[in-house]
Amino acid sequence: MSSLIDVHAHFHTPLSNRGDWQRYNASRLDAGDRMGVVCHVASVLGSWGATSPTYFSSPLDQTRANDWMLDFAEERSPRVKTWVAVNPNFTAHALSEIERGIARGAIGIKLAAGRRADDALLDDIAAAAAQYGVPVLQHIWQHRRRDWPNQDASDGIELARLAARHPNAIFQLAHIGGGGDWAHTYPAVRDFENIVMDLSGSGIDRGMIDEALRWVGARRLLWGADLTLCTALTKLRALPYTGASKDDLADMCWRNAVRIFPAGAFTTALAAANHSVVSGASA
Amino acid sequence: MTTPPAPDPRPVDVTAWIGSYPFRDVPHPDPEVLVRVLDREGFAGAWVGHLPGAFHRDPVPSNRALYAAVEPFAGVLLPTPIVRPDWPCWTEMLRDAVNAGAPAVRVYPAQWGLGPRHSALAELALACGEVGVALHVTLRFEDLRQRHPMDTVGDVPAATLRGLARLAGSRCHLVIAGAGREIIEETHWGLTPSEQQRVFYDFGWVWGPPDDHFAHLVGTMGAERLTWSSWWPLRLAQQSRALVDLLPHHGSSPIANVAFTDGFADGRIILEAAQSAARSGLGSQNSPGTVQPTNR
Repeated sequence: MSSLIDVHAHFHTPLSNRGDWQRYNASRLDAGDRMGVVCHVASVLGSWGATSPTYFSSPLDQTRANDWMLDFAEERSPRVKTWVAVNPNFTAHALSEIERGIARGAIGIKLAAGRRADDALLDDIAAAAAQYGVPVLQHIWQHRRRDWPNQDASDGIELARLAARHPNAIFQLAHIGGGGDWAHTYPAVRDFENIVMDLSGSGIDRGMIDEALRWVGARRLLWGADLTLCTALTKLRALPYTGASKDDLADMCWRNAVRIFPAGAFTTALAAANHSVVSGASA
Repeated sequence: MTTPPAPDPRPVDVTAWIGSYPFRDVPHPDPEVLVRVLDREGFAGAWVGHLPGAFHRDPVPSNRALYAAVEPFAGVLLPTPIVRPDWPCWTEMLRDAVNAGAPAVRVYPAQWGLGPRHSALAELALACGEVGVALHVTLRFEDLRQRHPMDTVGDVPAATLRGLARLAGSRCHLVIAGAGREIIEETHWGLTPSEQQRVFYDFGWVWGPPDDHFAHLVGTMGAERLTWSSWWPLRLAQQSRALVDLLPHHGSSPIANVAFTDGFADGRIILEAAQSAARSGLGSQNSPGTVQPTNR
């Protein structure tokens, strides 16, 4: 595996409530380097709860967060790219942030859990994604059987409804290892070709990746980490034992990212990818 | 004259099972597959439990199945049968485990409804210390967020672990599986230095970068309290190695530079400690105020 793109990353900022935000960010970049990550596609969810809830960020918090993220990506280019994050409850603000973010180099739109994925409020955002040719990363609770605190989480069925309404937009279903029952998600999204899934999250259940491959195939799966790079490395090392071919591995590790994000988004990062990696050591 | 083969330097996994899981499918959970996976992932062997038995009332049939299943793989798959101390004739379960060469026995307090300071658990812990087998406690099998609606027992709390570690006169060595940083710290720093020496934590559920909980624990508690595991067949077996490889300050190419065991505990080290304590016959250095077992 010569290249690796982390399609689901986050950073912290001085506006969040972590005193160690710089250490956290440095740790992510360092671990990514050691694993062979050539680009982290990242977002910041408002103030991470400091001044408004993580999944219901205020417009002001989200603007500041996007500003910080866009600056950081600029400083760290081409190693870091931006998902511009928005709260769909503030439609005009969200659309303005998307326009502003993409003008500054964002390559996708991040939706967390401020509103269910099938809510009509998301339609304008999905339409904007199609218009700009960028994917939407939707936070998902795999098989949400009840309401969990502090978020209006969506599951695969709800995202599929949105995807059906917007066949020209691409939706990245977040973190199949990120909580809930992943086995429910695969049949829920199988027939929606404009939904891809990322492998991120802390979950490392055996069978999770194998079943994802059976249901949707390698062309719709993207490797990523989210909040835990250790589990991402574990899944990376497990990929060769899923029966995936070399082409499948390349698809999941970087080629699908090249396909779904705007043309040229990773060209420079991939060109600079002659690095020493630990990613394939036990493959 | 032949030279005896060098001992296998690879670690012995302390947390593996064979058999099915009641709440979801786990792919081919068979002993011959486990043997291949262990070798592939750099383990010399594993302490193996019988997964279905964790959810049964009577563990004896499960233990029989375990002994039979691992027998062809002796020396690699080491049986760690269940001893349910609130079940009649539990001492025979322990005796059978010792006779079968088990390095440890397993308990599932949450599944059995045995809360902190339960006298039956205390009696078992004391007995394990006497016979030189470790006591392996599984805190959880799955992340809370994905559990089956019928899986309602919850996790084993740190209070149960502290209660077991604090038993007066105990020589029992505990292996805690499934704990994250919070439970590990709540247990470790709630024990005296001598009590701490008898507790090992399977680190497979601790987070690495960027939160770096694992690096924090290695730095504050020491690698020797943390032990290798695979969590096969429930979880991907690569996790422990990934955590070690991503530790900071291990050079630019950690896989090449870090010795595989590198100061961490494993099944071999823990068994030696448990057997040494049993042979020593020395009582614990616990203070008089520590928890006393209650006769049932």
